[in-house]
Amino acid sequence: MTTFLGLLNYWVVIALMMTGLYIVIAASNYIKKIIGLNIFQTAVFIMYISIGKVSGGTAPILTGQPEIYSNPLPHVLILTAIVVGVATTALGLALIVRIRSAFGTIDDHDVRESVNE
Amino acid sequence: MNALTPHLSALQIILPLLAAPLCTIFRLPRVTWGIAMVVGVLCSFNAIAILEQVQSSGTIIYALGGWAAPWGIEYRIDDANAFVLVIISVINVFGILYARTSIPAELSEDRISWLYTAWLLCFTGLCGITISGDVFNVFVFLEISSLSTYVLVSFGTDKRALTAALRYLIVGTVAATFYVIGIGLLYALTGTLNMADLAQRLPEVTAHRTVLVAFGFITVGLSIKMALFPFHTWLPNAYAFAPNAVTAFLAGTATKAAIYVFMRLVLTIFPAGFFANSTIAYLIILAVGILGAFVASTIAFFRQDLKQMFAWSSIGQIGYMAIGLGLATSAGVAASFLHLFNHALMKTAVFMAIGCLFVATGSTTLNSLKNAGKRMPWTSAAILIGGLSLIGIPFTTGFVSKWYLVTAALELDMWWLAALVLAGSLVTAAYVWKFVETAYFRTDSNTTYTRSEAPLSLLIPTWILVIANIYFGINAQFTGTQALRAANAIFGFSS
Amino acid sequence: MSIAQYALLLSILVPLGATGPISLFSRNPNLRETATIAASVITFTLVAVVYYSVKHGIEPQLTLIEPFAGVSIAFRAEPLGMLFALMASFLWIVTSIYSIGYMRGHHEQNQTRFFIFFAVAISCTLGAAFAANGFTLFLFYEALTLSTFPLVTHKGDDKAKKAGRIYLFILLGTSVGFFLFALIWTWHLTGHLDFRAGGVFDSSHSRTVLNVLLVLYAFGIGKAALMPFHRWLPTAMVAPTPVSALLHAVAVVKTGVFAILKICVYFFGVDLLASLGTHYFLAYVAAFTIIATAIIALRKDNLKARLAYSTIGQLSYIVLGTMTANAWGIVGGGMHMLMHGFGKITLFFCAGAILVATHKTEISQMRGIGRRMPVTMTAFLIGSISIVGAPPTGGLWSKWYLLLGIVDTHEWLLLCALILGSLLSAIYLLPIVVQAFYPATDNTTEVNEAPLTMRIALLTCSAGCIVLFAVPDFAYELMSNIVDLGQH
Repeated sequence: MTTFLGLLNYWVVIALMMTGLYIVIAASNYIKKIIGLNIFQTAVFIMYISIGKVSGGTAPILTGQPEIYSNPLPHVLILTAIVVGVATTALGLALIVRIRSAFGTIDDHDVRESVNE
Repeated sequence: MNALTPHLSALQIILPLLAAPLCTIFRLPRVTWGIAMVVGVLCSFNAIAILEQVQSSGTIIYALGGWAAPWGIEYRIDDANAFVLVIISVINVFGILYARTSIPAELSEDRISWLYTAWLLCFTGLCGITISGDVFNVFVFLEISSLSTYVLVSFGTDKRALTAALRYLIVGTVAATFYVIGIGLLYALTGTLNMADLAQRLPEVTAHRTVLVAFGFITVGLSIKMALFPFHTWLPNAYAFAPNAVTAFLAGTATKAAIYVFMRLVLTIFPAGFFANSTIAYLIILAVGILGAFVASTIAFFRQDLKQMFAWSSIGQIGYMAIGLGLATSAGVAASFLHLFNHALMKTAVFMAIGCLFVATGSTTLNSLKNAGKRMPWTSAAILIGGLSLIGIPFTTGFVSKWYLVTAALELDMWWLAALVLAGSLVTAAYVWKFVETAYFRTDSNTTYTRSEAPLSLLIPTWILVIANIYFGINAQFTGTQALRAANAIFGFSS
Repeated sequence: MSIAQYALLLSILVPLGATGPISLFSRNPNLRETATIAASVITFTLVAVVYYSVKHGIEPQLTLIEPFAGVSIAFRAEPLGMLFALMASFLWIVTSIYSIGYMRGHHEQNQTRFFIFFAVAISCTLGAAFAANGFTLFLFYEALTLSTFPLVTHKGDDKAKKAGRIYLFILLGTSVGFFLFALIWTWHLTGHLDFRAGGVFDSSHSRTVLNVLLVLYAFGIGKAALMPFHRWLPTAMVAPTPVSALLHAVAVVKTGVFAILKICVYFFGVDLLASLGTHYFLAYVAAFTIIATAIIALRKDNLKARLAYSTIGQLSYIVLGTMTANAWGIVGGGMHMLMHGFGKITLFFCAGAILVATHKTEISQMRGIGRRMPVTMTAFLIGSISIVGAPPTGGLWSKWYLLLGIVDTHEWLLLCALILGSLLSAIYLLPIVVQAFYPATDNTTEVNEAPLTMRIALLTCSAGCIVLFAVPDFAYELMSNIVDLGQH
């Protein structure tokens, strides 16, 4: 697990996390911001799933025979987190629709200009 | 009632959670308000019952669905969160009471039921954050309350409410995700998500660098949720553009729950002394608290809109709570708890009074305040007393808070901090005085004024809180004792 | 509860309660003023009852509530507070009578508001006078600041508002920044804030901390107007004259020096105070304030401004007396509180009378005014003599004890300051009277006095200055109860 490849999952997590966060901060288009948020959250999902994985383990299904299986708890947690993520995205998009009809734009820069902030 | 007694903690969540969809079924504004009100009142009685139960028979541990921790989720209520729960529930009742007249003034009839749905969900989330004993469960409730808060904010009349809500959504989601990363790392280290369990297992792995990383993610995530300077950016606009009743409700509850979780995680589950001994973290929190108190109060001074002004003031006050927390002694944390309670009282009252102003004049800017002292004596007096309390004038709760905080600082021989805390009052005085001068002294002698006071249904909840503010300023025995018990509970899952 | 306890509580509540009738009768000025005067007479009677009890060795006390551990709102009539309460409540009667003439003669706006806040301010003053602990003292001290703010800004114009801002900023700033800080620190050190004979600190407390505390208290009590925190007092002079007279020559400023006296005597104790060291520093600050303000006063042409700077200087006499840290100095300080109160209120009353009768505010315009207002200017002369500290006025006694106290310290510079200060006060006050009796520039000689009520008030006060020369004993007795004169 100490090799670069052994930690591959975590490198991916970090890369995605930074990409997502960067988009959230740098993009001025609201939809892009939401997409960035999704990427950011996905990174965390992968992190949790990687934590739960036991090498060589199978799916945690009760078969009666003792065997190595992956930790199901993080996966279940992430199921919840995904639901939360979907709800957030839906709400965000709904707000963007409203913003579009109120301001005529979905660009942060234009919105700020139009209200002279 | 006896049959219910063991399940009080679950009821606190279930009642508002079930009532929320009810509101979407009965779309009539009056009915939905009634539902919210009944649930609010029941929940606050419930919360008080919980507090009494905790004080008479110790910590309540409630295994949800009969699954014992650490496998199942448990609600764990001790002196600390019972106290916070009571604050949130009681403020919620006043918020709803106030919303009855305030909301129809800002929202079209057909959207009112949606507002109460979101409101109840938000309340559910806040209660959940407070009583849950499972860190992941806290995240879920955090998101329930946050998502409904975004919706609540977007109900504001100004179109800028929409962008405020969206920005809050983005920042809030990043914060929640940070929090999840933090607890994920803790889980990877210890294999548990139960707070009590974590508190037991973490000392064994303290040396691990991952603990520090987790600590960082959790503190930053929660700092955003509680609007600690410099993570406060979402707050001013969210408060300023939300409907008035919502602002009043949020100001007294939302950040409070986040502060509680912050204290619980940082001081309880991280090994004793992890926070106070890691000098950097401790100094950073103190520095951030002090900076927040000064910078935010200064910015408040330059705001022309009252809601903006007092929203910034909230950020400053959160700075004071952070200072108490940063001291990491039981006196300091008690000061934070006390201020949490006191600030909920005063800020809710102030925002309610600002709402009264809005109903009467249609505006909340400083200019609309001219002669308010004569036109709306009760409303102005409420803001004035709230403002004096923020400064920390004797006979108000703010004074008691300051007293506790300064003593806590002196106990550690940090006289410079004590001096800074008191100096902060002067900055607060500056913006409060700006209000006083506009409301009471900017008079055009040629015009005559007609009394145009806000309706009684708005003034009554406002003034109940104002009077409570004075009462607890004079008689601080109850709140002081509760805050101290809460602080002791934070420092360990004892009793 | 004994009668004295009731009287004590009621003396604080009556002025507060009087706001009810006063606001009720806002449309009927006669009834309103009757209410004010009735309240002031009742209050003085109550204070006199308390005094009777104190004189016979029983100090009534009562505790209202205890907001948090070791900190309560409690009252106790001890000799020093008794002296202060007697003076303030008596002068309230006189000022009420005076105000009637002034407010009507000068056609002031918002008279009801004026009388209401005036009564509240008196209530706060008495509360501070009878405070049994530092916390209660602080509460009423702050309440006094807030209740006098509307009086300072009474006129409502830009100048008044600016003055109000400075007033609040300095008084609140110093009290919250230093005074409260020092109180909480004291509480932290001792666990309580009760005023106790002989002091609450002992040798176990760090000398350095105590020195810092003393300085914090001295500057934190901004109402004592020690330089450099004196600016609020001259700016507050935009207030109507009765306010300047009672509040800014007696109640408010005296609450300041009273608080310093009380804290020095009952927190530090005279012996400990004498061993601290910083009390000399503070004595020199006070001496500097005396000289500096006297020089400024000399150059002020506006009568009220001159009197204001004179007040700052006279307050510093009291601080100086306290900081000598010996029995004579403290007795002198306490007595000066009383003597200066009567003298200065007379002078302010005269200034107001001149304003109402002739609309003049500048000293240079007042040449020959004595021929038109002989009564007023005679009273002014008596008040001036009392401030200078010459017979036949009470001012002589307080200066005498102050002198004794300073001689005891062997600090000759302080002695020079005291004498020079008195000399300068003679130079800035007496020429006003002398000039007033010169022939006027416009040669008007007809007598044109202020309204009768104002004349009654100013004559009462000037008579008081002379009576106090004859019978200073009661004040001396009260003061000698709180310090041990045996050591000399």
